[in-house]
Amino acid sequence: MNYLNESLTSLHDKLVNHELTSKDLIQGTLANIHAQDGDIKAFLRTDDERALEKAAQVDKDGINPQDVLSGLPVAIKDNIVTKGLITTAASKILDNFKPIYDATVVQKLNDAKMITIGKTNLDEFAMGSSTETSAYQMTSNPWDHTKVPGGSSGGSAAAVAAGFVPAALGTDTGGSIRQPAAFNGIVGMKPTYGRVSRWGAIAFASSLDQIGTLTRGVYDNALLLNAISGLDTKDSTSSGNPVPDFTANLNGDIKGMKIAMPKEYLQEGVQPEVKAAILKAADTLRSLGATIDEVSLPHTQYAVPTYYIIASSEASSNLQRYDGIRYGYRAKDVKTLEDVYVKSRSEGFGDEVKRRIMLGTFSLSAGYYDAYFKKAAQVRTLIKQDFDDILKDHDLIMGPTTPTPAFGIGEKVSDPVTMYMNDILTISANLAGNPSASIPAGFVDGLPIGMQLIGKPFAENTIYRAGFAFEQATDFHKQTPNMEGDAAK
Amino acid sequence: MIEKKQVEHVAELAKLSFSDAELDHFTSQLDEIMKMVDQLDEVDTTGVEPTTHVGDLVNVFRKDEAKPGTPRKELMENVPEEQDGLIKVPAIIDEGEDE
Repeated sequence: MNYLNESLTSLHDKLVNHELTSKDLIQGTLANIHAQDGDIKAFLRTDDERALEKAAQVDKDGINPQDVLSGLPVAIKDNIVTKGLITTAASKILDNFKPIYDATVVQKLNDAKMITIGKTNLDEFAMGSSTETSAYQMTSNPWDHTKVPGGSSGGSAAAVAAGFVPAALGTDTGGSIRQPAAFNGIVGMKPTYGRVSRWGAIAFASSLDQIGTLTRGVYDNALLLNAISGLDTKDSTSSGNPVPDFTANLNGDIKGMKIAMPKEYLQEGVQPEVKAAILKAADTLRSLGATIDEVSLPHTQYAVPTYYIIASSEASSNLQRYDGIRYGYRAKDVKTLEDVYVKSRSEGFGDEVKRRIMLGTFSLSAGYYDAYFKKAAQVRTLIKQDFDDILKDHDLIMGPTTPTPAFGIGEKVSDPVTMYMNDILTISANLAGNPSASIPAGFVDGLPIGMQLIGKPFAENTIYRAGFAFEQATDFHKQTPNMEGDAAK
Repeated sequence: MIEKKQVEHVAELAKLSFSDAELDHFTSQLDEIMKMVDQLDEVDTTGVEPTTHVGDLVNVFRKDEAKPGTPRKELMENVPEEQDGLIKVPAIIDEGEDE
């Protein structure tokens, strides 16, 4: 069975009313993935046996109507560790790595009796914007199989868009949830830094990484974020800020909401059709009672270089742990300990990961630290101030999620700078730590595009309220790919 | 302008090794990336504090209590080479002595 016309709530109702059992659901989910995913390649592996066991247990215990996620399937990006289920971060260096614990988010979904179906493909260590740097497979965009699904959470986004699962988890360091959500016509939320525990998320850039949620609709997204948010003693950067019910006040009413539209988000580089769709989305929000003001975020153009220095520096430090000693890939036929390190890393990491480790090591090295790392950290302060200033008297910032719809497989992968520029609209929210989501906002050449909403820290609920109202007033989220992978329908 | 010699040095720091052709490739790509990064020179950052984190970061303490650790067997599950319950690595001191 597929979930193109289902939601977490509709499936929950069917379970409660005994129209379906969790076992039916999980069996149907796995059968559909096995039949269809050969074309998309969203999953790196499924966890059939354990998923079916858990479903049988849920059915045996009975579904409590309060437990809205109980017995429902979810997919997990493969850089989030799952106990006993191989987790690779799409890198050869973690081939065969079997975690001995669950990430906090996975534990929380287990507690909610959600059922992990499998692990989804990503760019190696989440470094990329197209899922093409995966060491294992190329994932296709369900709307057009010749296009990328975006990245790095491309597998999670494609799995939801293709109807394989009603929900998935991803991670977002510079746009890795929002950009693939936009490219796949679904909802993707990067919560506030600290809202969700990063314990068990394989670290890329620790001051930017956040785990978040991908679903077909806004309500489902809020429901899933409810389940994974909150303080965790295992992640000392997680926040004790109270977690509200994110599904509260999703009533379509946004009268008086003040939305800022930065002119920098609609400048050249943004495809005219994308700009037109976002201006139309602004009209829709206006017709719902919001006010839209044109504003300026003057440091927007510096977000990409700032990000690549900071993210790569943190990555070069985080990825030192892959040394071939305690886990992961170890090179064969090595004579010295130094060789174990150098050969294991050189054979285990792919090119994009090496490029970022090199860039980061360079930025942090003696003689370059002030010119690069410190400079980027200072510009980061200015980027954050831009947001703080605008959000002093606005509830949200809006713009496109990406400058263009999904690009072609192979089109940008050999040109790092062009690929990096694709993230220009999403990166600032990571640098500043603000919550931000992509909401389906139209189609260009038959491919979906997204509207990005950025909120004040810990105001995910404002984003959901606006996103829900927009969703009610439009039908973009009801469109589905035809699964022939031919967008021109 | 980034030179091949610099890239070689950085590779050493990062514990990565590259063939000569790969070094050339990385040198030109890193050079291109650093050109993009040099845009940051346009920004006046005099007196601006660097931001290295965006959380409401405070010291987090926990009680210093003895608790059972992760069982050794579990910790060893992903070890590439082991012997007698220990992680095995090649000789650390001096190349003359191994084998």
